[in-house]
Order: sequence, then structure tokens, then C-alpha cells
Amino acid sequence: MKPVRKQAVIIGGGPGGLAAAVRLKKNGIDDLLILEREHWPGGILRQCIHDGFGLTRFGETLSGPEYAQRFINEAREMKIPLNTDTTVISLEHDKTVTAVSRAGLVQYQADAVILAMGCRERTRGALSIPGERPSGVFTAGTAQAYINLKNKMIGRRAVILGSGDIGMIMARRLTLEGAKVDAVFEIQSYASGLPRNIEQCLNDYGIPLYLNHTVTKIKGSSRLEAVEVSRVDENRNPIPGTEKEYPCDTLILSVGLIPENELSLMAGVELDPRTKGAVVDEFYQTSVPGIFAAGNVLHVHDLVDYVSLEAERLADAVTAFLHGKLSPAKISIRTEGGIGYTVPQKITGKQDVTLFFRPRKPMRGGSVEVWQDGCCILKKKYPRLLPAEMEHLSLPASKLFSDSDIKVVTGDE
Amino acid sequence: MNRTFTCILCPNGCEISVSYSENDISSVSGNKCLKGTEYVEQEIRHPVRTIASSVLVEGGSMPLCSVRLTRPVPKARIFDVMAEIRKIKVKAPVHAGDILLFDVLGLGSDVTATRNVETADADPDAAHF
Repeated sequence: MKPVRKQAVIIGGGPGGLAAAVRLKKNGIDDLLILEREHWPGGILRQCIHDGFGLTRFGETLSGPEYAQRFINEAREMKIPLNTDTTVISLEHDKTVTAVSRAGLVQYQADAVILAMGCRERTRGALSIPGERPSGVFTAGTAQAYINLKNKMIGRRAVILGSGDIGMIMARRLTLEGAKVDAVFEIQSYASGLPRNIEQCLNDYGIPLYLNHTVTKIKGSSRLEAVEVSRVDENRNPIPGTEKEYPCDTLILSVGLIPENELSLMAGVELDPRTKGAVVDEFYQTSVPGIFAAGNVLHVHDLVDYVSLEAERLADAVTAFLHGKLSPAKISIRTEGGIGYTVPQKITGKQDVTLFFRPRKPMRGGSVEVWQDGCCILKKKYPRLLPAEMEHLSLPASKLFSDSDIKVVTGDE
Repeated sequence: MNRTFTCILCPNGCEISVSYSENDISSVSGNKCLKGTEYVEQEIRHPVRTIASSVLVEGGSMPLCSVRLTRPVPKARIFDVMAEIRKIKVKAPVHAGDILLFDVLGLGSDVTATRNVETADADPDAAHF
């Protein structure tokens, strides 16, 4: 099979892939192709029918399908080739992309590959909840797809495990559709979703959020009949004697998202154990030259607006790469203290960059510091830092002393 | 009376502290923008929300078309509005921006489509998904 040559192949036609494609085309990169596994472009936004997308990117609030449609329309008007119903089955270090569709097997040889595969949900299997295996246990995104895309109501009485945004949004959605949602249980001592979703999805409908609680047993033979919930101690171990049973036919899991990086690994892309996405430089280039990543496959975002903006910055960098102009990134960024990770993880030091990060735990009135060669070169105060909210820090190149590695840490509270 | 609100107007989710009496709001703090002040005033006097749902589509490439309200409605009327949305049934094609129900319950808000649903014949492959 003779590979088809392409300047840029984009794997994934969700918000990241679409935004990257549109920007590449605007930058004059014409020979590009988007490969999308699903029948429709738009990715997860298709099922996110709630409002609240687009304030940062478009200055107005939109539903998920509307937000996606803006990029789909632009891509169509620009005649950007988009192959749907097409699954990439392998990606090699030399940027050979192999895809299958009903038309058969196709191979592409790309100058640049853009990883925009998004993420997937953690499941019951990853949590090892003891008990029986009845039907009625769904991840929040699966429940959302059934209700919002397939017109299938999934249950009448639900309990939600995990306070991720999609779980809270599904608590509201189920309530609006007439189901009773008894409670949301969160094993951590703080919510993992955004404060506004606690307000408008839970508080508005009188749904309690119990922190430091988890599901310790699943009961039911064919259909879920009840879950047992326990309090947990500071090490997240269930406290005996605190068990309480909640009758329900539906358990929704909203317990985390994992970047979907099987193809990245096949190509030999180095992953960051903290983000579970690629290690990238400020150009969003991975450890494999010519392979770039942005969006939820790189690190899980809380807002799609930031996915689009990140993919647009990636597209500008890919354009420069295709014209042969990217400097090597020699400065590694380490994180310590309350900082969970940064993206990028490497920089050139030759230009001003923005570092995106998340704290490990909630902090109030804290500060974030950047250190190099034993000196604090930058300090910024944050009134509130939450793991649910991705934050950023501008690092001007003029602040750097050398090509030594830098570290990003939390300062005194 | 003192109360802390979480503003829901944007993803910042500002925590806004408010002191108020029955007739008067004496202090508002913690909001990053002016919309926060408007939000808490509205929230104290007359809370409103927008909602999103789906309506049935006949002969479409998908069984549902997602919808939302064009303007917020009183929080207390959310379930009444949901009942009206549930009655709507439309024929494909439907396009984002189509008004599917004008002035729901006289509340000054329309139910608008937020997705394109083409006819089933226009996209025969969609039946497999």
C-alpha cells in the first residue's frame, strides 16, 4: 500500500481537531485532513446540550452543539477534508497514519500529525467497587449520550458517585426529565467540578453533595436495587459502621477523565504520568518531532473554550514547523508542592510563554512561584486555586537567567 | 442578612458576599465583574435560569433535536417550561436557531433548536449510529 502524502493529518474531529484545522487552513496550510471515528464531527460537544460554552472564545453563551457547529461550518466553508466513520488504527514514529473505514484501509504519510483524540471516562472497573454486577451503572457521559442523543431514559431513581462536572450536569438533566436524584457522593474532601455547577445543577434542585463519602457496595441481581455508601477517613478508606443504604435503580459515575493516548504510545510519544497526556513544549510538539497534541488528549480541560484556544496556538506552531522554524526546547519545567502539573512541560526560553497548571488541592490566598538557578524569578498571587479550575501564569522570556531547568511551586499561604 | 452566592454567569464562578435587608442591598463584594452585582440582585429578588433539553424529531437522522431557551425564565417555572418542551414534536429537517415554540407560557422566552437534524433520507448512514 502506497501512503498518501499529506502536510497535516489531524486525528479527531472534536473541538480541538476542528479548531486546529480551521486555523491551519487560515494560515495557508491547504493539504490537510481530519480523521474522525464517529459519524458526525463535533466530538463530545454533540451530547453536551446544556448552556455555558463559548463565553471566552465567542463572548456569548452557547450550547455544546451550537459551539461545535461554528467550527464545523467554518471547516465546511473552507472545504477542509473531513473523513468521518474513519478510525485510526495505528500511528508510527515516522508519522505514518493507518486508518480504516467502510471504504477500506488507507495509509497517510504526514509531515505533521496533530493528536486531538480527546479523553474517555474512568469506569467502575477502575474503582473496584465491590458487589454484584447489575445493569443500571453508567458513566456520566454514557448516561448523557443515551438521554441526549438516543432518546433513552436510563432510570427513575439515581445516585451519583463523583462530583465531576458531567456528573453534576447529569444530576440536573435527570431531574428535569423526571427522575429523582438522591445525592452526589465525593470521596475527596472537596468537589472536583466547578463551583457554578454545584450551584446551578445541585443546589438549584436541592440535591445534596456529600464530601468524604463513597459507594462501598453495589446491590441488585439483574437491575441495580441499592448502593451502600460509607464515610471515608483522611486516607480515603471507608469507616466501618458508617454504611448507609440508598435504594436506586441507577448509579452514575463521574470519577475522572483519562486522555486517550493509545495511538500516541504506538508512535513512541513520551507521556507525563501527571497529566496522562504527552509531554510537550510551548509549540505543543511532543517528544516525537512533527507530532503535536492539544485539547483533552494533552490534559483534561474544564472548558472547551480553552481547548479551542490551545488548538489554535498549536496550529500556529505547526504552521511554523511546516516552514521549518521551531527552536529546540531545552528547559524542563518541574513542579513541586501544591502544583499538580504544568503544560507545557518544556520551553525554549526564547519567547514569552503561558504556563497552564492545576493545583493538587484547593488553596485560598496562595501564590505560585517560578524558580531558576536558586532564585525566585516570578511570583503571582491567586485568591482561590481549585483543582477543578485550570489556571495560567505568564512567564516572560526576559525573566529567565539561563537554560537551566525551572520549577513551579506554591508559595507561602 | 449576610449571604454568599456563587455566580453562575460565567465559568469564573465568583464567590460573592452580600449584605442585604428586605428593601436594600448594602454591600456586594468578591465579584470580578459588574455582572456579578446584577446577578446577586436578581438572585435575591427574582431568581431566573435558562434550561436546555431535547424535543422529538420525526423523520430525522437523529431521534432528538437539542433545544434551549432564548432568555432565562423564573426559577420556580422551570418544571412548567419542561412540561411544555416535552410536548413539542417537529418534522426534520430542523436547523440550529429555528424557533420551535414562541414565548413559552407567556414568559417572554422562546424554545430554539441548537442542532441541525437533517432528514433521514439525506443521511441514510446515520441510522447505524
